Amino acid sequence: MRAADLITAAVLMLLAGVVLFDAVRLGIGWGTDGPKSGFFPFWLATIMIATCAVIVLQALRRGSAAPFVTREQLAPVLKVLWPAAGMVAVTQFLGLYVASALYIGFYMRWVGRHSWLAVMALSLSIPLVTFLVFEKWLLVPLPKGPFEAWLGY
Amino acid sequence: MGIENIALGFQIAFEPFNLFVAVVGLSLGIIIGVLPGLGGANGVAILLPLTFRMPPNSAIILLTSLYWGALFGGAITSVLFNIPGEPWSVATTFDGYPMARKGQGGAALTGAFTSSFVGAFFSTVLITLFAPLLADVALKFGPPEIFSIQFLTFSAFVGLGGGNPLKSLVSILLGFILAAVGLDIVTGQLRMTFGIAELMTGFDFIVAVIGLFGIGEILLSVEEGLSFKGVGTGMNLRVVLDTWKVLPRYWRTFIRGCFIGFWMGFKPGGATPASFMSYSFAKRFSKNPEKFGKGELEGVVAPETAAHAAGVAAMLPMITLGIPGSPTAAVMLGGLIIWGLQPGPMLFVEKPDFVWGLIASMYTGNIIGVLMVLAFVPFFAAILRIPFAILTPLIVVVCAIGSYAVHNNMIDVWYMLIFGVLGYVFKKLDYPLAPLVLALVLGDLAENALRQSLIMSQGSLTIFATRPIAGIITAVALFFFVLPVLTPWWRRLRGRPSRGGVTTHD
Repeated sequence: MRAADLITAAVLMLLAGVVLFDAVRLGIGWGTDGPKSGFFPFWLATIMIATCAVIVLQALRRGSAAPFVTREQLAPVLKVLWPAAGMVAVTQFLGLYVASALYIGFYMRWVGRHSWLAVMALSLSIPLVTFLVFEKWLLVPLPKGPFEAWLGY
Repeated sequence: MGIENIALGFQIAFEPFNLFVAVVGLSLGIIIGVLPGLGGANGVAILLPLTFRMPPNSAIILLTSLYWGALFGGAITSVLFNIPGEPWSVATTFDGYPMARKGQGGAALTGAFTSSFVGAFFSTVLITLFAPLLADVALKFGPPEIFSIQFLTFSAFVGLGGGNPLKSLVSILLGFILAAVGLDIVTGQLRMTFGIAELMTGFDFIVAVIGLFGIGEILLSVEEGLSFKGVGTGMNLRVVLDTWKVLPRYWRTFIRGCFIGFWMGFKPGGATPASFMSYSFAKRFSKNPEKFGKGELEGVVAPETAAHAAGVAAMLPMITLGIPGSPTAAVMLGGLIIWGLQPGPMLFVEKPDFVWGLIASMYTGNIIGVLMVLAFVPFFAAILRIPFAILTPLIVVVCAIGSYAVHNNMIDVWYMLIFGVLGYVFKKLDYPLAPLVLALVLGDLAENALRQSLIMSQGSLTIFATRPIAGIITAVALFFFVLPVLTPWWRRLRGRPSRGGVTTHD
């Protein structure tokens, strides 16, 4: 837990440093019409760096040695995270409907070991229902790819 | 702008379309409350983009109904599956699940729903009475008062939030920093974009909520190893009526829960501590405290009354002051801004139909809600029998759709994933998420109030001390900020061992 605490605080301090840098560029003082753009971010970043510094000290002094995440815990988390990231990546190119069909199908088969029949039925019907509800009924356009273009949408 | 407008409100709440919207919102809310990983804040965020084209009166009824539904739904999983769907239903599992194991699930659920309803109803009545008065006072507020109230809201997270106060502070600061990214509307300059076009639009709070609470929560729950071992509901009309005959016996617990809930609820992050506090009070004052934790109906009544009273009370500061008391209220506040309404006391003057329609819909929504859950519990409980490998991708797809629909932009879906990982890491390291979301929603409002105040005072911070109302509020806020430093010192002075409080964040 201690290492994770230290890394997180360090990343946040780094982020605050970047904000500080930009705030100084924008001007942190008094402009012609009140405080300049960098005024508020400057103070946010300054307090953030100070607070994170204390958190680092706290973690060094009495951080728990228990691991942030064990291998047994991390495995199921990654099993959810990577397919989800894959789905988003595929959405970028093939649109949400195709991506969600592939994603649901893959996840059901790989994690749930459902029968191919159930996999096919759900991974096709869920995107179809999504299409009818969002595109047709609520008129909310979702990302589309070459497949939808081929169908004429 | 006074209470006489409640008739107008009921007229709006009883419009057929609005009643329909309430039923839709409640159904979705109960489903969302039942599903682990989807909560009230998250559900409201996903639905928000769909309300952009609705009339605001109906849109707010849809979102608040979803919130009431999520509050009801949390009780179902707590009692039947020992899985708290929401943080404030953790205390409900203590006695609800043992009751269900003993075959008294129906009684436990009836008790939970009835208490929820009583708590909500109590808070709604108080909101009806106090909202106009509070709004009247708030109308006299200028930028310094508004900023000091926002300051107070965040100080409450640091001082009363439990956990590590420094980490609460970091969450708040991070929220404000994320809110500042993009175009500065006052000077027209771009901030913290570093020439990257994608950063120009900034970070949307809806996407942040979906990522932090939706994806983050799923990652956390799979890590803990999800297993749904449900108990039958055992719900029928006879059980409901029999339980109702017993419930009046706990009138003291009801009253205590109502007051604790309302008092904790209108301060940020109140529902969860309120439910625990109510539970421990009920146990302390009970004639047979040893039965608590083994399936005592009173142990279900106490936390549910308080949690629901608090959940409803969180709406009070949102509609009167423009300050949300919970992450869900924060998302709704963001919704108000998107619908073109200015949150705060001016709503009572300019949009009485909106405010009173909302208040009246709290009555109708909770009445319809309690009837719906009593009648359809087995149906809603069946949702958790859907296999995990189907539920998980489904929730992720719904979250992705919600994020995309905000701006029709793929980058938001990527942000959602990043926020999901951030939510997972933050939750594990005990950084509270609610203040981050609140700061992200209130960022621009707070910064503008601060700037206007400083312009009024020619750059002097003393303006927050010298104006009477702002001065008092600022003093209280500063007290909350130093409270974590004072508390251990005070305990040592009184010779008590310092003890770690219950960490409660919603």
